[in-house]
Amino acid sequence: MADYILIESRDPFDSAEVGRFLDLAEGLAKEGGEVALFLVQNAVMAARHGAKAAALAALAANGVKVLADSFSLQERGISPNGLTAGIAVAPLSAVIDYMATGRRALWH
Amino acid sequence: MMGKKTLTFMLMDAPFENARTTTALRLIDIAARRGYDINVFAYEGAVYLPLAAQARHANAVHGTDAAEEDHPLPREWVAAVMQEAARNGGKLDWVNCGLCVDERGANEAIAGVRRGSPADFWKMAGASDNVLVIPTR
Repeated sequence: MADYILIESRDPFDSAEVGRFLDLAEGLAKEGGEVALFLVQNAVMAARHGAKAAALAALAANGVKVLADSFSLQERGISPNGLTAGIAVAPLSAVIDYMATGRRALWH
Repeated sequence: MMGKKTLTFMLMDAPFENARTTTALRLIDIAARRGYDINVFAYEGAVYLPLAAQARHANAVHGTDAAEEDHPLPREWVAAVMQEAARNGGKLDWVNCGLCVDERGANEAIAGVRRGSPADFWKMAGASDNVLVIPTR
């Protein structure tokens, strides 16, 4: 079973396609692979505590490692302490780390 | 410390338009700092990223001249990541899609950029440890 790094760059309040990408992450995790979802650019907006982020929290609870880009958070004035439970802050280098270990990488 | 890797990126966005360009170059910069070998296949509007003719300009609305405006130029970012890769023992092979270049008249690229075709991307992908496609949509 392959392992994956999925990179979400879009704000779910701006793009309905985000939901389908999260469904993909969930499906891949259910298949048994290790799945990380990296939120970058406006995708981090949904990581805020109090945002409509139930899907992200559910992913985190179901084995998907959900990470939010520290730089994107800083750009948007979002405190790392203000994120939904289960979402961790990470530098963009985490994506390169995953790629270097051979995870299949998908960008949305 | 992981061994030396080869990563391939496909970029499609034209410069000055989307944060994807910045994120893509941030990713490439991280790989360059690690001394990885990096391939970039620039497709569609991304062939403008290393366009040599990019120039700073004044901004009458801001009341600034070109130097004060200090407008960032993607061609300089591309040159910088090439230099960063070389400085750390890696290399960055940047290939502009030739048909995309012809369509756009984007022939004059900075040094280090070569012309190719999607077949080059296929070869790069096959010879890489990993590939990331960053599409426009």
